[in-house]
Amino acid sequence: MARPLSLLDRRRFLSSTGILLLAAASGARAANYSGSLPWKPFAALPPSSFADGRWYVLTPEEARTVEAIVDRLIPADDLSMGGKEAGCATFIDRQLAGSYGTSDRLYMQGPFLPGLPTQGYQGSATPVGRYRDGLAALNNHTRASLGGKAFFELAPADQDTVLQAFEAGKVDYKAAAGFFNLVLQNTMEGFFADPIYGGNKDMAGWKFIGFPGARYDYRDYMTAHNQPFPLPPLSIAGRPEWKTGDR
Amino acid sequence: MVRRLPRKDVVVVGLGWTGSIMAHELTDAGLDVVAIERGPWRDTATDFNVGYAADELRYAVRKDLFLQPAQEAMTMRNDVSQTALPLRDYGSFLPGTGVGGAGTHWNGHTWRFFPSDFRLKTHLTERYGADRISEFQIQDWGVTYDELENAFDRFEYLAGISGKAGNLNGTIQSGGNPFEGPRKRDYPLPPMQMTYAPTLFAEAARSLGLHPFPTPSANLSKAYVNPLGIAMGQCTACGFCERFGCANYSKASAHTTVLPVLMRKSNFEARTECEVLKINLAPDGKSATGVTYINVSGEIFEQPADLVLLNAYGLFNIRLMLLSGIGKPYDPSTGEGTVGRNYCYQTNAGAQVFFEGKHINPFIGAGSLGQTADDYNGDAFDHGPLDFVGGAGINCVPTNGRPIQYRPVPPGTPRWGSAWKKATQQFYNNTLTFSSQGSSYATRGNYVDLDPTYKDRFGRPLLRITFDFPDNDIRMSHYVSDRMQEIANALGGKQAVVAKLQKGWNSVPYQSTHNTGGAIMGTDPATSAVNRHLQSWDVPNVFVIGASAFPQNAGKNPTGPVGALAFWAADAIRNHYLKNPGRLVEA
Repeated sequence: MARPLSLLDRRRFLSSTGILLLAAASGARAANYSGSLPWKPFAALPPSSFADGRWYVLTPEEARTVEAIVDRLIPADDLSMGGKEAGCATFIDRQLAGSYGTSDRLYMQGPFLPGLPTQGYQGSATPVGRYRDGLAALNNHTRASLGGKAFFELAPADQDTVLQAFEAGKVDYKAAAGFFNLVLQNTMEGFFADPIYGGNKDMAGWKFIGFPGARYDYRDYMTAHNQPFPLPPLSIAGRPEWKTGDR
Repeated sequence: MVRRLPRKDVVVVGLGWTGSIMAHELTDAGLDVVAIERGPWRDTATDFNVGYAADELRYAVRKDLFLQPAQEAMTMRNDVSQTALPLRDYGSFLPGTGVGGAGTHWNGHTWRFFPSDFRLKTHLTERYGADRISEFQIQDWGVTYDELENAFDRFEYLAGISGKAGNLNGTIQSGGNPFEGPRKRDYPLPPMQMTYAPTLFAEAARSLGLHPFPTPSANLSKAYVNPLGIAMGQCTACGFCERFGCANYSKASAHTTVLPVLMRKSNFEARTECEVLKINLAPDGKSATGVTYINVSGEIFEQPADLVLLNAYGLFNIRLMLLSGIGKPYDPSTGEGTVGRNYCYQTNAGAQVFFEGKHINPFIGAGSLGQTADDYNGDAFDHGPLDFVGGAGINCVPTNGRPIQYRPVPPGTPRWGSAWKKATQQFYNNTLTFSSQGSSYATRGNYVDLDPTYKDRFGRPLLRITFDFPDNDIRMSHYVSDRMQEIANALGGKQAVVAKLQKGWNSVPYQSTHNTGGAIMGTDPATSAVNRHLQSWDVPNVFVIGASAFPQNAGKNPTGPVGALAFWAADAIRNHYLKNPGRLVEA
């Protein structure tokens, strides 16, 4: 079931995800500038995080399914925490709640015709619709073929087998490979995007590969060839230590 | 209801690089200029704030600064036998929008094309014979390198380009590009400090007898004050360059080089979030009377003007001409017509070298911080024994290590799971990437026109691109890929992977926002849409400025010539057109 967003939530999303163009389209006026540099303080709003502790788009079963998927795509091991703990499902839920989820910014006029691979995705379904449909298909598939269990109830090895079948399009669901690719793309976004979007918890994705994050000035290191970079990663929101004073 | 506004001397459509330069030049000449820009106002302090600019998801993946397909998409197909379908999301190329245009989020590679590129048909015919280019619609530009030298110089000094001259007044300079045309003076700034990967690349290229040099860069190697008195800062190599606005005033764009002066002029006005619907023509169709535009509130205005300058992204210049009935649309079945003719692109391939135990540190980078070898570019090498014309620059310009989009792993690595994790961690800091950027030569079948089916939000037809890589360009690219393989082998990694481009241009993966042609310049109104001053042959008070004017594309980034053409066209208007409005060249 889709849970419609309350007006307050909607406004929060618009201001927090930086989709100001869409907000502007309803009420704003075109601007004329002459004789000076226009200056509107705080005209641009950086993204801010959503309130924790709830799902914004995904139903409880969908959320458990996505958490199970992302934990197989990025399994926990000695290299890093897994996709679930890193917040990849939370990230996906919040992305689906914004303009990304509804394809607001894409060209969505018909006719919708089957295209060639060189012409890209030509479906009319939005990411929210593709998740709803794909997650249902995934759980229907496992319930029908694996002892009545939902995907998230399976053992990890069985989950991997099912995901491989979806990736290869070898299941009775036409959109399987496209759906898998969508989830894989969004999971990687969640693991490697700035933590302000709800994933990449404690910059786990960045620590995993050694990406220093939202740093601004590497001039002292440009010619330090083949030397390890000495500083820890940094988020747009700073580092956790900063809350109590960075030493 | 259409509201008619007071007349202006000049209306500029699109306030990016060329719109800003031309508005600056023509306001200096005393004209009253209005620029109409469909995107929002943007400037460094408010919109590219350092506190949140380094946001890969927002800017690089969700493409926050770019033109959104909902506002204007286009359709594509590889040839006329296919049905064009809309790019529901932009992928292969990413047009800009807003004040600053695509110059906001470019990388900053700032080239001059070779002298031979500007007289390509003549040059190749003289050197190899007419038969060698008979499969093409290759043309001369109608303007020579020597004529443009001063305009290139002005653009490079406006933008504070960092580089090393390779040819000063005909004398080859050590450390620069020995294949470039003669320049009257060196770049305004020295080259940037080199990071590790381009340094390794240059050593390998030199060991093979090639001539690598620092890529000319609009990321500033030092603080700079340009000829307009505008100060810029030194690039910090933050690795958030292409797809981002520069938070540090150290990437040249209209914001950092022109607008702070232009906006203070009383004879200039910018109207943002106003989209030009069409250029209005007099009843006889031989002169423009101004433009009609719509603002975000849906109000429609007519802006009369004596002179209309199309300064939008090249593809949108063409679309506005087609929607307004300026010039004859090109028809590939007859080869007649000029608007939409000679659409070209860029012919690229990539190389990856995987090492062990290195610290490449890919996140230390800038949009044009790197090294280029031009030994196999354009006609810098003898094509006599070869089966193609054209060439490619080989560039090692590792712009970033942003991890949503940059996670190199060897082919065959699974895309997820434990094995993916192991390889991703192993190679993130152990991969050196470089690439070829090849020429794209015009053929009869590659063109743009208006789509018969798909419409924009105002009901106007979308632009339709019909394009595939010509066989010649594929052979060229494969030849250069073989040369890249030699460089990759000389780099001595654990494994080298060099791609070979295939036919079937794919609109999905990003390749290049270097779409050229469609409103090309030339000396013959039967084969060019604008004359050598970028003036419409058909409607002489319309000038069309941008990469849309390139008769074919070279193996180099287009912004340098685009900037030069803006100065060149502004000169023609200031020095000739204003004294005697009308055709600057008789047909």
